[in-house]
Amino acid sequence: MIAAMATLTSLGLLLGLLLSCAARIFRVPGNAQREEIMTLLPGVNCGQCGYPGCGGAADALIAGHASPALCPPGGAALARALANKLGRTLESAADGPPLLAEIDESLCIGCAHCVKRCPTDAIIGASRQIHTVFQEACMGCGLCVEVCPTECLQLRPQTATLATWHWPKPALQGA
Amino acid sequence: MRLHDFRGGVHPPGQKHLSAEQAIEALPLPPRLYLPLQQHAGGPALPVVTVGQRVGKGELLAQAQGATSAPLHAPTSGTITALGDFTAPHASGLPLPTITLEVDGADRWVERDLSPDPFRLEPGEVAARVGAAGIVGMGGANFPAAVKLDKARQAQVHTLVINGAECEPYVSCDDRLMRERAADIVDGIAIMLYAVQASHALIAIEDNKPEAIQAMRDACSSDARIAVLSLPSRYPAGSAKQLIQWLTGLETPAGGRGTDTGLLVHNVGTAYATHRALRQGQPLISRIVTVSGGAVAEPRNLEAPIGALVADLLAYCGGVSADCARLLMGGPMMGQPLPGIHVPMIKGTNGILALTAAEVGEMHPPSPCIRCGRCVEACPMGLLPVEMANLARREEWTHLQALGLSDCMACGSCAYVCPSRVPLPQYFAFAHGQLAAQRREERKAEQIRLLMDQRQARFARAEQAKAEAAAQRRAAKKQRAIVAVEDDD
Repeated sequence: MIAAMATLTSLGLLLGLLLSCAARIFRVPGNAQREEIMTLLPGVNCGQCGYPGCGGAADALIAGHASPALCPPGGAALARALANKLGRTLESAADGPPLLAEIDESLCIGCAHCVKRCPTDAIIGASRQIHTVFQEACMGCGLCVEVCPTECLQLRPQTATLATWHWPKPALQGA
Repeated sequence: MRLHDFRGGVHPPGQKHLSAEQAIEALPLPPRLYLPLQQHAGGPALPVVTVGQRVGKGELLAQAQGATSAPLHAPTSGTITALGDFTAPHASGLPLPTITLEVDGADRWVERDLSPDPFRLEPGEVAARVGAAGIVGMGGANFPAAVKLDKARQAQVHTLVINGAECEPYVSCDDRLMRERAADIVDGIAIMLYAVQASHALIAIEDNKPEAIQAMRDACSSDARIAVLSLPSRYPAGSAKQLIQWLTGLETPAGGRGTDTGLLVHNVGTAYATHRALRQGQPLISRIVTVSGGAVAEPRNLEAPIGALVADLLAYCGGVSADCARLLMGGPMMGQPLPGIHVPMIKGTNGILALTAAEVGEMHPPSPCIRCGRCVEACPMGLLPVEMANLARREEWTHLQALGLSDCMACGSCAYVCPSRVPLPQYFAFAHGQLAAQRREERKAEQIRLLMDQRQARFARAEQAKAEAAAQRRAAKKQRAIVAVEDDD
């Protein structure tokens, strides 16, 4: 019995030592997965996901609290990329067309608050001039909506053009 | 010459008898013409006229923008009355930027550039003139012809294939063109041969057009480089890749071009337009259109100015009866449903069809797939339509692409043979659209990331400049203080 106890104790001590050495030698500074996810996220900290900024969202994604489709500005493309990265399946991505900022020009007073706030330089305009949103550069983070004093900025679904329109899914299924 | 074969294909009833015996008639000039700036594959044309400007027939209205684009010319003389949105001849019914021309009826030509003998020009210059005439693929693909000619010359294509197969049912515009204007087409082919520097040309015509075959044989008998070939009638023999397979047995590689096989395919209408442009200085301002279908009172082949409304063409053919179930631009297999009759015809419009319910055959809704495999046999591209439709329904895009979705040319052969009437091409159109939207989104996300990085770099630079300026100010202040202390001493 003593022999067995001695063997197990020495084995435990030896393995424990090995593990603690490995933990020191192969220590990874920070969380690599978090970094990778941060590079995917837009990084504007708009807070539309309900987490404190993109860092908070990345933590929640890693912990598994959040769905990969949490980021409205990132849209379906980001949701797919995140699901791939995390090895998760994407629940029905039945989101409508992306929402983009639009300015009601009759209400714009040209205060230029939104111009300064836009993280992608998508709003064109100078002080006391009517502003407009360059939709190709807008990702719909909504930061401009918060700072507009006249509420002339709204997030609206993008209207289809001939370049973006495509046939819908056949209503009569068959197959 | 021995013919090879291509796999699959179907034999839809030709229905050519409705219009094939009607000689080409010129459409009387309508009061207004509507010319969309995007009638071709590639970048839209850039207008060079203003509202109120008077233009002559053949005058440049919009110039090509970018390497793959085509200019637009005035089909007749008149006044520009609007530059703005107008409903496009597209199933969505969405608008396109369009030039509206109020026709004055004088049909006054602008000064024409009657170029010298095209065979004295450089081959590249001939192709450039084809491009400047706004010529695009007249078979319906709308791809700028000059780009194809240049690419083919660079690829050292040996054979020019002139596509007169016209395999779509109902459509007879190429048939009439070959019967009535064979000599002009042959001249256009000679010019194209010179522009491509190819050694010989083959005119491929389906054997359901014996008069056209005879006319073309007579016209090209004096030119040993050009031969006419009669093909068995089978849809889609008029598709460029299938035509190349008929002639050479070579399959165009997936994602490749026809020129990879050493052949260049052009439509007979394109050859005719080339003749007009190089010999008569006439840009592409009109084309032959077949107006046909069971709901059209008098089916006809019309030579119509580009930009004429579908309503004008139908009215000239005696109007449409009340039992019209579907209005199509193009043939019944690959044509696009139109949102209405108030849309213009464009350079690639070969047919306007008004079909009755009996012709469309929408009698019962789709039933479940019985896995008979007929669609697989019919697919000329060797794909698995039944599997692909299933994947499209479940939106499994990666798997779908692996099965070769991008090789599907939407010929509709699978749907034609399906006994359950499963909407197969509709699933593929949906999948194509979804994947294109995904690519657009990814491109946009990339660009936005770049914009954000640039903005952050700009802010960092400004911050640094500010800090440096503050440091300089402090240093200067200190210097002044030292100087003042020294002065006091």
